[in-house]
Amino acid sequence: MSFDAPDQELQHFRSRLLVAGSFMLLCFAVLVARFGWLQINRFDYYHTRAEDNRIALVPISPNRGLIVDRDGEVLARNYAAYTLEIAPTHFRRADPLFDQLQSVVEITPRDRRRFRKILDESRNFDSVPIRIRLSDEEVARFVARRFEFQGVEVKARLFRDYPNGSLAAHVIGYIGRINERDLERIAAREASANYRGTEHIGKVGLEQSYEDELHGVTGFEEVEVDAGGRAVRQLRRTPPTSGNNLVLTLDRGLQRVAENAFNGRRGALVAIEPATGGVLALVSSPSFNPNLFVDGISTQDWNALNNSPDHPLLNRALASANPPGSTFKPFMALAALTTGKRTADQAIVDPGYFDFGGHRFRDDKVGGHGMVDMYKSIAFSCNTYYYRLAADLGIEQIAGFMDGFGLGSRTGVDLEGEASGVLPSPEWKRTRFRRVEQQKWFAGETISVGIGQGYNAYTPIQLASAVATLAADGVRFRPHLVRYVEDVRTGSRRVIEPEPLLHLPLAQEHVDFIKQAMEGVNLEGTGRRAFKDAGYRVAGKTGTAQVFSLRGATYREKQIRERLRDHSLYVAFAPVEKPAIALAVLVENGGFGSQAAAPIARQVLDYYLLGIEPERPALPDEEASDEIEPAAAAQGVTP
Amino acid sequence: MTGRRFELRRVVVALLEPLDPILLVLLCLLLGYAFTLMASASPARMESQMINSAVAVVVMWIAARLPVPRILALALPVYLVGVLLLVAVALFGQTSKGAQRWLDIGVARIQPSEIMKIAVPLMLAWYFHHREGAIGARDFVFAGILLLVPVGLIVRQPDLGTALLVAAAGFFVLFFAGLSWKLIAPVAVAGIIGIGSIVGFGDRICQPEVDWVVLHGYQKNRVCTLLDPTSDPLGKGFHIIQSTIAIGSGGLAGKGWRDGTQTHLAFIPERHTDFIFAVLGEEFGFVGACLLVFLYIALITRGFVIAIAAPTLSSRLLAGAVTMIFFTYAFVNMGMVSGMLPVVGVPLPFISYGGTALVTLCLGLGILMSIQRARYLTQQT
Repeated sequence: MSFDAPDQELQHFRSRLLVAGSFMLLCFAVLVARFGWLQINRFDYYHTRAEDNRIALVPISPNRGLIVDRDGEVLARNYAAYTLEIAPTHFRRADPLFDQLQSVVEITPRDRRRFRKILDESRNFDSVPIRIRLSDEEVARFVARRFEFQGVEVKARLFRDYPNGSLAAHVIGYIGRINERDLERIAAREASANYRGTEHIGKVGLEQSYEDELHGVTGFEEVEVDAGGRAVRQLRRTPPTSGNNLVLTLDRGLQRVAENAFNGRRGALVAIEPATGGVLALVSSPSFNPNLFVDGISTQDWNALNNSPDHPLLNRALASANPPGSTFKPFMALAALTTGKRTADQAIVDPGYFDFGGHRFRDDKVGGHGMVDMYKSIAFSCNTYYYRLAADLGIEQIAGFMDGFGLGSRTGVDLEGEASGVLPSPEWKRTRFRRVEQQKWFAGETISVGIGQGYNAYTPIQLASAVATLAADGVRFRPHLVRYVEDVRTGSRRVIEPEPLLHLPLAQEHVDFIKQAMEGVNLEGTGRRAFKDAGYRVAGKTGTAQVFSLRGATYREKQIRERLRDHSLYVAFAPVEKPAIALAVLVENGGFGSQAAAPIARQVLDYYLLGIEPERPALPDEEASDEIEPAAAAQGVTP
Repeated sequence: MTGRRFELRRVVVALLEPLDPILLVLLCLLLGYAFTLMASASPARMESQMINSAVAVVVMWIAARLPVPRILALALPVYLVGVLLLVAVALFGQTSKGAQRWLDIGVARIQPSEIMKIAVPLMLAWYFHHREGAIGARDFVFAGILLLVPVGLIVRQPDLGTALLVAAAGFFVLFFAGLSWKLIAPVAVAGIIGIGSIVGFGDRICQPEVDWVVLHGYQKNRVCTLLDPTSDPLGKGFHIIQSTIAIGSGGLAGKGWRDGTQTHLAFIPERHTDFIFAVLGEEFGFVGACLLVFLYIALITRGFVIAIAAPTLSSRLLAGAVTMIFFTYAFVNMGMVSGMLPVVGVPLPFISYGGTALVTLCLGLGILMSIQRARYLTQQT
């Protein structure tokens, strides 16, 4: 195929060019023939079709599914209201039209801004709302003068409403107008046709994670439109299919009690039913009002929420990972029993410190706890016991055991935005740090990990799930908020997560011992004040997460500014004999676990098990909180 | 005064000097047509399309001024950078509309597959140039690999439309370099049989449970929608149904500028980009459509004339391939809008709204002009 003479090669090239040219002409000839067929032969047909194209396919958006709590109490619903809308093809400039409309219905500057924003984002066919929620009087006024406004129409639309306001806002989430990024995601799911006519989509919470269930199937009707694009009569109708309802595991009453207990202070609570993994309450405090988002939040409201130092939009229950503090100790003790490194009766003498590698690790109780066995180490939260235990177990064994409880990995709860937290191990450190000298695991680091400080960082939902697993004797479920999905038409139900995730290989006598020690916490240990005279058997553990490291100094709460104070933690389950609820509470900068977190747990458990409505929030207002007497510290009790 | 006018004339002459007058006139006519249509389909985008056109013309001018050897010297680096960027897209690219095509380089998002439309034919022309006089079967194998690597990466994104354009551009270089008919014929026959069987058994293979193995679900949908647009009137079939109605209802002379009911009642989706030909067909009718086809034929013919007269093998191959790129764009787009080919994202050359494609096409024109200049230069020496 090689050519020595350039002339021959040129000749060859020319013949190839001739072939390509002929091919090109042939293709264009086919195209022209196609145009001729469409535009000349079939002109009459297509002409009529175009005229008939006054017949428009109008999508009918389905009703969005409801969200109700475990007893059927409504958490998210729809209501119908009138809107004033116009299709973008029907006007050239918006302002004169609005000025004219102003004489009939009120149009605020905010309506105009929203109109412009929606217009920029809108797709070709959509009609764009000018005003929403018209009163009956406004509708009547407009209809009387509607001939003056070509293309402007009154439509009945469904709006989303969250009747409980900020209650469980982080769980339910909210819907918002579909934006450019949502459109791309819809296109990627090949769902564009189903979203024609839909203007809102779940943005956060269950509204987002169950979008496919809630949305439903879009129907459409064929309508005849006049030259102005106005529908004249309906020809055919394919009805839409409503979205499915979500029935939650959440208990609205419990959620309310739990949220009120925080009294607006920063923190989180997750309560789980140990036998199913169903989430009974999920609090992230402070909360926000999801109704603000439905029709586009105003800049003012958005700034207020987004710039608040309390970060109300952050879902702390899922995204805020903190050291578990002493709530880690029951799991450490169970690891010791399971691996055989300790028996329950083995006791140590606690001098109030533990020397390791030339460093002195201190206990909070000056002078130590004296003779400490496993029961006492949990009930009175003795650090020295766990310093030594951590050294004996070693980091690999600790990490391996805690992993079984799901600590340090996403629980897989049916909400987005979960943080994974950190289960420290030499392997984790190797991947976490880039510089070689930082990658090495030091034996001293194991000691801090043993009391739940150091690199440990778990989210409240991980802690709650771990406690629920302990309460259920090692049967672990994936925590979930939706109990079942209900088809509105057929009434059929699809249960979410009916099966446990795994069974941990634990000996029942070990689990029972840990439960007994945790009950001791509330009977005679660090939780006894908060659970004085409880009408049920409750197992718990207090904890304090260090926010700020005090190098050798004693902890004086009042001298440390509020934001630098330790986080208060509490985990519990009750009743001990047959656990119905397990929970984890985090109060940011709440100080000792027994002070802030345990009283919240008490109110929640009292309500859930005994139906007692609390008289006042468990926590005082933020200003007053400085006045709390550091009770636990004064009594020499370690968190 | 005369001095200044003289100066101005010299400046104009100097500016126009690298440009081929025939291609320049054809480009002006096409852009004029484009603005006329844009004024009807989407007046709001006129200004930004004018800016796009100005940028594209500057790119063309720069390319036209570059001597051919300088352009060829860019082949290898541009090709390698292009392939690296494609790999980078595959690894860290941004997903948009279900496909990874974009790379965020901080300042802007770039679409490396676009670069390959010119870089691949350039690279292949450069390669054959280096093997001139001793081109054997082995060279075609190697050139085939050079072509398939970027095409494969683009198919994986997945962006079938761009992959087809890049593959076509590269194929034309191989074809002009003398790729054996023995190799072309079986592929062509297989293609005809494949398309024939899809058309023939469309009902059966378009059932939802049939998996097309090599194609993505959305690509299967596009082919099936073409066979039976009414199967999905709210979704993908809508584009084809409405654009066919628009073209057909235009008739011989069209409904008149800005009088297209399909266009102005917003029945045509993407009417300023990929489906702008439907606006043309509706408002200017058969006559207007033929006028556009005529302009393309004129442009392509001019490209062929430049290719035949080109002094070196590499410039011949490059000119031929670049010219055929224009053809591929035009044919695929018009075929798709008139309901003959499946919907792939290919714009109508020089007419559709959008800067990226316009710059690529004008770069191609600039290369043709540079090759044309090289002929004059060789003749002069």
